[in-house]
Amino acid sequence: MNWELIFGQIKWTSFVFAGMIENPSLSEAIASGAGSIAVLGALATVILLTVKGWWVPLWRDWLTSVDHKKVGIMYIAIALVMFARAVIEAALMRAQQLSATDGGGFLSADHFGQLFSTHGTIMIFFVAMPFITGLMNYVMPLQIGARDVSFPLLNAISLMLTMAGAIVIMVSLVVGQFSTGGWSAYPPFTGIEFSPGEGVDYWIWAVSLGSIGSTLTGLNFAVTIYKKRCPGMTLFRMPLFTWTTLCTSILMIFAMAPLTAATVMLALDRYAGFHFFTNGDGGNMMNYANLFWLFGHPEVYILILPAFGVWSEVVATFSSKRIYGYTSLVYATMCIAVLSFAVWLHHFFTMGQSANVNAIFGIATMIIGVPTGVKVYDWLLTMVGGRIRFSTAMLYHINFLLTFILGGMTGVLLANPGVDFQVHNTLFLVAHFHNMIIPGVLFGMFAAVQFWFPKVFGFRLHEGLGRASFWCFAPGFLLAFFPLYWLGMMGATRRTYMWSNPDYLPWLALAMLGAVLILAGFALMVTQIVVSVRQRAQLAAPLGDPWDGRALEWSIPSPPPAWNFAVLPQVTSQDPFYEAKKAGTAYRSPASYEDIEVPRNTATAPLIGLFACAWAFGLVWHIWWLVIVSFVLIWAVVIARSFATDTEETVPAATVKAANEAFLAAARAAPGVTRDQEMTSANRGRAIPEALEGRSGTIASGAPVEALS
Amino acid sequence: MPGSQGGSVTLRGIVGLLAAAVPKIALPKIALPAIALLAIALPGAGFAGSFLEPAGPIAAGQLSHFGVISMLMLIVIVPMFVALPIVLYRYRRGGKGTYRPDWEFNWGLELLIWGVPVALVVALGTALWRQTIVGDPYRALGPDPLVVEVVALDWKFLFLYPEQGVATLDLLALPEGRPITLKLTSGTVMQSFIIPRLAGQIYAMAGMQTQLNLLADETGDFTGRNTQYNGLGFATQSFTTRVMSADDFEGWVATAKTQQAGLDAAAYARLLPPAVVNEPVIYARFTPGLFDQIIASFAPGMAGGHAGHGPQAGADTPAAITAPATSHQQHDHTPEAAQ
Repeated sequence: MNWELIFGQIKWTSFVFAGMIENPSLSEAIASGAGSIAVLGALATVILLTVKGWWVPLWRDWLTSVDHKKVGIMYIAIALVMFARAVIEAALMRAQQLSATDGGGFLSADHFGQLFSTHGTIMIFFVAMPFITGLMNYVMPLQIGARDVSFPLLNAISLMLTMAGAIVIMVSLVVGQFSTGGWSAYPPFTGIEFSPGEGVDYWIWAVSLGSIGSTLTGLNFAVTIYKKRCPGMTLFRMPLFTWTTLCTSILMIFAMAPLTAATVMLALDRYAGFHFFTNGDGGNMMNYANLFWLFGHPEVYILILPAFGVWSEVVATFSSKRIYGYTSLVYATMCIAVLSFAVWLHHFFTMGQSANVNAIFGIATMIIGVPTGVKVYDWLLTMVGGRIRFSTAMLYHINFLLTFILGGMTGVLLANPGVDFQVHNTLFLVAHFHNMIIPGVLFGMFAAVQFWFPKVFGFRLHEGLGRASFWCFAPGFLLAFFPLYWLGMMGATRRTYMWSNPDYLPWLALAMLGAVLILAGFALMVTQIVVSVRQRAQLAAPLGDPWDGRALEWSIPSPPPAWNFAVLPQVTSQDPFYEAKKAGTAYRSPASYEDIEVPRNTATAPLIGLFACAWAFGLVWHIWWLVIVSFVLIWAVVIARSFATDTEETVPAATVKAANEAFLAAARAAPGVTRDQEMTSANRGRAIPEALEGRSGTIASGAPVEALS
Repeated sequence: MPGSQGGSVTLRGIVGLLAAAVPKIALPKIALPAIALLAIALPGAGFAGSFLEPAGPIAAGQLSHFGVISMLMLIVIVPMFVALPIVLYRYRRGGKGTYRPDWEFNWGLELLIWGVPVALVVALGTALWRQTIVGDPYRALGPDPLVVEVVALDWKFLFLYPEQGVATLDLLALPEGRPITLKLTSGTVMQSFIIPRLAGQIYAMAGMQTQLNLLADETGDFTGRNTQYNGLGFATQSFTTRVMSADDFEGWVATAKTQQAGLDAAAYARLLPPAVVNEPVIYARFTPGLFDQIIASFAPGMAGGHAGHGPQAGADTPAAITAPATSHQQHDHTPEAAQ
């Protein structure tokens, strides 16, 4: 019997638990523990689904759904699960660095290498990307008054490819090792000569699946925004979140391709003896660096632009005021999107190109700071003349303005080749990009969750716990990363599992304290969600508009019906819903209803995801029969689907009418709440617009907030 | 206690930064030495060889540029930190600010928020351009530089002195005050070479040559290291840079020449397997042209396929190392050629 034919290169020693049995140590115990959590977590999920009888609903209502709202929710669920893993990895690395002056520590060098590689890879590709994609999925079609994205099935396929990538990376916890090449996986270190084994292959295929999914998402969203806007929704009436979604989609289309090319070429080097990036025989790793950062720099803006969109929505809503400089913000966003393709070289000033080339890319990098600075001050000016409510989302925004601008300062420093020569590859750089991504992107997404959660699920999140979580996250971030700037200036290199310099210790201790606070913030966030679900009756806001919102998504029930809009809205201005509320034309019954076509559920996407996952696993372990079978099956599903003609079902006008009239009647009957009652159980989602309250200056009392429970 | 030590380190660093930045902006030249002295005189354990305590003009230029850019950036940072609290207080719900829910634009403010950053970027860009040209790692810092060839290996650095005919492992001996030209390549994966107190990073890549020019204007031992992750021994891949007076350097070379060991292709091949070097090694001689041969060993084989050069290459390597190198082949594969 030829076992290799069946199992490829998997051996019993490939399983993480073998390391613990053969070579027991704390480092191995942690690896086995992580593997156990992955296995037990999967088992617990299976048992829960079975006991509760949720398999059928899961399949029928979620996995096979092509509804952009459900796809969006599933994306964010992936992001939160993966965030839990990667943030724990971060805390482990912090603890290791703190305990490892002059040797010591509890992790082996190899384990540490895998940790920083999985942490970076997961945080970028399987936390930040699914988070922004999920949010854009959910919110953008609602903001443009559409019933779905242009290609709902393609949307579901993107999701399932991303999920397949995430599963592949989770499997690497249990079977085999992960790469130690970092999230950027620079060859030749990641070539077969220096990194034999399955680690880099896990990275390649997980990232490839995610990047193909993101390319498809970009195409889908861009077409949706071009083609599916409701009548009257001209480009310059679109909400700013939709604008940033458009810019991000364009970036995804153009920027993911170089990444896919780079990963495929690296795979060809590793599997087929090619020499794209090898040391010898004509290979040149500089080409990889260029390709990777042609993706990698726009990627930074792919992540931050949707967050900018969130900030624009949050600051306008919680200041009860129009956004300042709408046109300016649109142009600034577009400038950023275009310029983001012109700065990739600043990731390797140190590669030996001429001073002129470095200077040009350095200046181009600084120029990006101009539109970014404009946006920051636009947000500040939006608050001027407003009535600011310090909700959790707003607290995140205020924190963002202050910390992001500091990150911008260190970014401009790094744009100087002369400075970069000193702090490249040090913790200064690590501090800088975390300074942009955590208060900018991650907290942006957290703010978005606080903001849109009541839209998605029909009840608000517990405000007190939200604020408690913020007050752990925000100082946690400062403590965890500002010491790293200083450490980097002292010369502490990144990706280093032990130190010989005792001067680093106090700073590492501060950073560890910060990491603990961040973990506490995450625990409070999970608690907040659990508590809110339990108190959902008190927190319910089914009438759809808990925050006195401005764009179309607040004009429909929470959660929205499958068809989003009973009748496609007509738009005549920016902030259409807010203007309608002010004019007293909101919640009016439409003249007539029509039948609505909605796409049927289909097993196409989950099957493609399943086979893509098997395909990637087969490739990682050289299980060639599995590779061939799953590849054939992927395309068999695609071909079979192409014969399906009955892909839509009709919701009769009567059904739509009944549901919508009930909602409108309830909304009209509801007394409506002022912003004073925003955080009380009186807030059922019918807002009295702040501008109609007719008061200027002082307001009687502060808004009461639910007590911590 | 770590805490107190850390505090003084911070203070020294901040003073150092000010020392570097301030004179360019406001203070007369004479203030520089005074503030620099203050920085050095502060108690503390120093910066373990960081660029905050430069020991040569390149690192000093980088530090002062760091300070200049930081100061300039305060122009956009400070207004936010001043204005945001005021705005939040004044326009909080219940605050005294007038509620103007439809106010959305003002040309004056618009010109200000676009104009100030543009003007700032012009200033920053000018500073960047000048510093980048002056601090170009390829620009020699004077006539008759001492050339040292650097080969990055897995978890150690090999230094070849063509003029002196000696070689070292994990010890870079340099004379004070003489321009130095380091020529770098890698015998393995890409690495990033730095001696923070003297000059910033440059990558060392197999089959290619990069350059780093520097000058030390004080004597002493400065740590240098690789900053690009390259496997298990990465954390400990550092070396000592020993800057000595010109006379001492001559003496050091003379002593080095009395060592037993020499470095030929076979000895080089024995250095290729990844390993951490605990004690520096000094070679009295090395095969001339070894550096170029190492670069050439990665050139595409015209016949006979794969040239051995990696850690696994074992016994094949010496043959590959001594393969004839044509100069144009090398230059095709150096970043320099692109200039």
